[in-house]
Amino acid sequence: MKRREFLKIAGISTILGLGGMSVVNELRKGSLEAAQYAPDPKTMAAKRWAMVIDMKKFKTADDYQKCVDVCHSVHNVPDIPDPKREIKWLWPEMFVHAFPAQEDLYLSEHYKHMPFLVTCNHCANPPCVRVCPTKATFKRMSDGIVMMDMHRCIGCRFCMAACPYGARSFNWQDPRPFIKRELNPEFPTRMKGVVEKCTFCYERLAKGLMPACVEASNGALIFGDVTEPNSEIRKVLNSNFTIRRRPELGTGPSVYYIIGGNEHA
Amino acid sequence: MYNGGKIFIGLIIFVGLLILPFYLSMGKAIAKPDPKVDTPVIKQMAVKQCVESKDFMKTAHMQMLNDWRDSVVREGNRLYTAADGKSYDMSLQNTCMKCHSNKKQFCDECHNFVAVKPYCWDCHLMPKEGA
Repeated sequence: MKRREFLKIAGISTILGLGGMSVVNELRKGSLEAAQYAPDPKTMAAKRWAMVIDMKKFKTADDYQKCVDVCHSVHNVPDIPDPKREIKWLWPEMFVHAFPAQEDLYLSEHYKHMPFLVTCNHCANPPCVRVCPTKATFKRMSDGIVMMDMHRCIGCRFCMAACPYGARSFNWQDPRPFIKRELNPEFPTRMKGVVEKCTFCYERLAKGLMPACVEASNGALIFGDVTEPNSEIRKVLNSNFTIRRRPELGTGPSVYYIIGGNEHA
Repeated sequence: MYNGGKIFIGLIIFVGLLILPFYLSMGKAIAKPDPKVDTPVIKQMAVKQCVESKDFMKTAHMQMLNDWRDSVVREGNRLYTAADGKSYDMSLQNTCMKCHSNKKQFCDECHNFVAVKPYCWDCHLMPKEGA
């Protein structure tokens, strides 16, 4: 064998060897990860979850309380009487507070005192996510839910300052002694020093269940994928006039309200 | 040397104090941690097998739980496929503790021995232990 031929063969086999290994490594990496972690096949998938709150269907205080109670008991939310320290995921709010700058001088008494259910709006452009220094709160790319990763929250409360809806609550103390109802053993509590809020029941969606408040509302809350033209929520949005809380801020809230007529109108 | 005597006496006392705990426990056998795996659920299992092999779980359960929580919370993956092909719901409260319902005799046994204090239980609920 001449030296020239030997060098040719050596060069070619080196290139093949390097290239070959990298291809094999890439394939192996992909298959390992894909095999280990996967979403539950029962998971309800959507491009963008949204909720419609049909105020026509809320007649009594009990109708609101049912939704709030089921949410707070499923998620082990404490009952803290002090309004400066209370924790809320879903709660009734007066029109003037829910829709500031939209109250009219002659707004009917009915609407003025009607409690509106308010919660995290799971904004398309969430200001809380932008300010979070640890990415403890983040928007899920898959379905638009604004999530909390309690493991990362350092309790700086920037998100609470950023949220224009007051949807976030801070745990000023250990919440466990304040959970008076039976604990839900399937869901964790929170600890002192973290911020919490509604998560659109991501843990229930992963099991193929609707959010707890939607199930308890008897059809007053409609939940679904707004990017799906044939979904129930789109039909409701098509056939009703809806408003959102403070859309002028550009946050793109995902919770819609049907105000609707009533016997006073 | 100024104050040599005092310094030497001080040094001797210091070294003595330093050695004392080692001296006192010399030759004594210290009880090894003995995590119990005799919960009712585990007793009923035909093949007593955790998610992964015992050796892997012993050395890597903390990394695994870390990976699980990131995968569940941040990526929305809920199912873990083990080396033997079985799938499990990635959940400390709803998977691990369903079998290992004896936190005191299982988790705490080693954690106390090596003086680590994982903060899992600040939020996650531990199973109710009978007695």
